[in-house]
Amino acid sequence: MSSSPSSARAAAPADADPVPDAPRAPEAAGLAELAARHGLAPSGKRPPLGRYLTALWRHRHFVDAFARARASAKYSKANLGRLWEVGTPLLNAAVYYLIFGLLLQTDRGVEDFIPFLVTGVFVFTFTQQTVLAGVRAISGNLGLIRALHFPRAALPISLALVQMRQMLVTMGVLLVIVMATGQVPQWNWLLAVPVLLLQSLFNTGLALVFARAGAKVSDLAQLMPFVLRTWMYASGVMYSISVMAASAPAPVRFILDVNPAAVYIDLMRFSLIESFTASEMPPHAWWLAAGWAVAVLIGGFVYFWKAEESYGRD
Amino acid sequence: MAATEGATATAQAAAEAAGAATTDAPSDLGEPTVIADGVHVVYRVRGAAGRSGGGGPAALMRALTRRKGGGGGGAREVHAVKGVSFVARRGEAIGVIGSNGSGKSTLLRAVAGLIPPERGQVYTSGQPSLLGVNAALMNELPGERNVVLGCLAMGMTPAEVRERYDDIVDFSGINDKGDFISLPMRTYSSGMAARLRFAIAAARDHDVLLIDEALATGDRAFRKRSEKRIKELREKAGTVFLVSHSNKTIRDTCDRALWMERGELIMDGTAAEVVDAYEEANGD
Repeated sequence: MSSSPSSARAAAPADADPVPDAPRAPEAAGLAELAARHGLAPSGKRPPLGRYLTALWRHRHFVDAFARARASAKYSKANLGRLWEVGTPLLNAAVYYLIFGLLLQTDRGVEDFIPFLVTGVFVFTFTQQTVLAGVRAISGNLGLIRALHFPRAALPISLALVQMRQMLVTMGVLLVIVMATGQVPQWNWLLAVPVLLLQSLFNTGLALVFARAGAKVSDLAQLMPFVLRTWMYASGVMYSISVMAASAPAPVRFILDVNPAAVYIDLMRFSLIESFTASEMPPHAWWLAAGWAVAVLIGGFVYFWKAEESYGRD
Repeated sequence: MAATEGATATAQAAAEAAGAATTDAPSDLGEPTVIADGVHVVYRVRGAAGRSGGGGPAALMRALTRRKGGGGGGAREVHAVKGVSFVARRGEAIGVIGSNGSGKSTLLRAVAGLIPPERGQVYTSGQPSLLGVNAALMNELPGERNVVLGCLAMGMTPAEVRERYDDIVDFSGINDKGDFISLPMRTYSSGMAARLRFAIAAARDHDVLLIDEALATGDRAFRKRSEKRIKELREKAGTVFLVSHSNKTIRDTCDRALWMERGELIMDGTAAEVVDAYEEANGD
C-alpha cells in the first residue's frame, strides 16, 4: 500500500467511528483496508495458473456436455441429421478428387493418389475446422460467458473436442476409402493413433490461441477462411511437397518441411499408405509432430489464460 | 435531499458508512461480501455516430479515418458510474433503483467483474453471478440441455445436476403448460427464457447474486417463488442485489436500497426510506 492512505488513516482518530461528514479520502482508504481484512479480492481478477487448471479440471463434465450439445445442435435442422458427420467428409473428398485428381491432375509423382489426396484433405480439415471453431469460441458464446462463471478455456477446449470426435468418424470413412483403393490393413495403421493424438493436442492449442485473438479482433472470423486456405495450399494436401519442391531453395524447403499441417498429413499418409515411405516425409517428422503439439498446447493455454478476465467484456 | 453525498443522506446510511470504516463491524452486521470503493466506469463506444449507416465503402472510410485520427476520432466516452462506494454484507438483499440510464446495470456488471472500473475498485468474496434479462444461454438447444449445461458450468457434478434437475424445471414453471422443456430455447417467449435462466442460476447457493430485472418478466406465481428463493439465499448468508423498476418488488424483497441517478449514488438506506424518497422525487 502507498503511504498516503496510511497517513490519511492515521490522521483520523484510530478505530473510532469517523464523523459522517468526514472527508472522502480517509473513508476510501478504509474501504480498501476493510476488503483486505476480510479477504475480499478485486472482482474479475484472473486466478493464478495453478488454480485455473484446477477449476478447469472441475469443469471437465461441462467441457464434455458442451461438446455433445454442440455436436447434436450442429445438424439438428438438417433432415439427415448426424448422417452428415459421414456425408460431409465424403463429399469433401469427392470434390477435391474431381478438381485435383481429374481436372488439374496434380497427381504427378504420387502413387496411390486417391488415398494420398483424401488423407491430406481429412487431416487438414481437422485442423482447419478446429481453428474456425476456436475463433468463435468466445465471441459466439457471450451470453453464456456473461451469465455464468467458469474457466473460459472450457469453451475452446470443448469446441476442439467436438472436432476430435468428428475426426474419429472421419477416420472411419478414411479407412474405408483407403481399403477400397487397394490398401491392405497392416500393423503400421496403428501409427495413426499417436498421429491423431499429437494433432489433437496441437489443434487444441491453436483453438485457444484463436479464441483469444477472435475475442479481441472480431474481423478475424471473416479473415481466417482465407488464411486457412493459403495454409492448405502450402501444406501439400493435393500434391507431394517432396516432388514439387525438389528444386526449391533451402529456406523455402525448410519452411515447407516444418509446417505442422504438412507434418501431420505426411505422418498419417506414412501410417496408412504402403507406397508412401519415410523418404517422402520431412526429416525428424515424429519429433516435429511432438514438438509442435507440446509447444502450441502449452503456449496457447498460457496465452489464453493471460486474458481470462477480459472475455465477455465490451 | 437527493443531491449530496450518498453516504450522508440519511442517518441509516451514515451508520452504514461508519460500520464500513471501523475495524470491528458491529455484531448485528454480517461479514462484508462486496465493497465498492469509489468506482468509476467509463464506456468507450466505438463508431458511435451511425455505425450501421452506409455500406462497405462507408465502413472502409471509417476504418481508414479512425486509423489516421490515432484513435481519438471514432470513440466516444460515456461516464456511466461516477465514484460509487458502498459495503454490502452477508444476508443483505439490496435493491438498486433509479431512472433508465442511471447506471444501475453498469454498476452490477462492474460488481460481477464484467467491466473493469476506470478508477476505484470492487472487492468481492467469491465470484458474483450476474443474472440479466438478455443473458441468453444456448438458444439452439432445448431447455433441458440448457439446464444441464448451465448447472455444469456453475461447477456442479453430474450427480448434483440429476438431483436438482426436477426442482429447477418445477421452479421455472416452464412445463406448466405442456412439455416445453424439450423444445429449443429459441422457441421460448422472453418471459419463459428469463424464468428458466433464473431457475438455473438460483439452483446453486451464491455468495453474491446480482439480478438485473430478471424477475420483471415472470408472472405472479413465479415472482412469489423467486422472492421466496431470494429469502432462502439470504438466509444461507448470501448477498442479493436486485435491479428493478417495480418499487413494490424492492419493498417486498429487499431490506436496503441504493438510489442511482446519472451515475451517482445519491441515497443509500433502508428499502422503505429510499423507495419513499424516490417516489417523492418522481411525484408518485
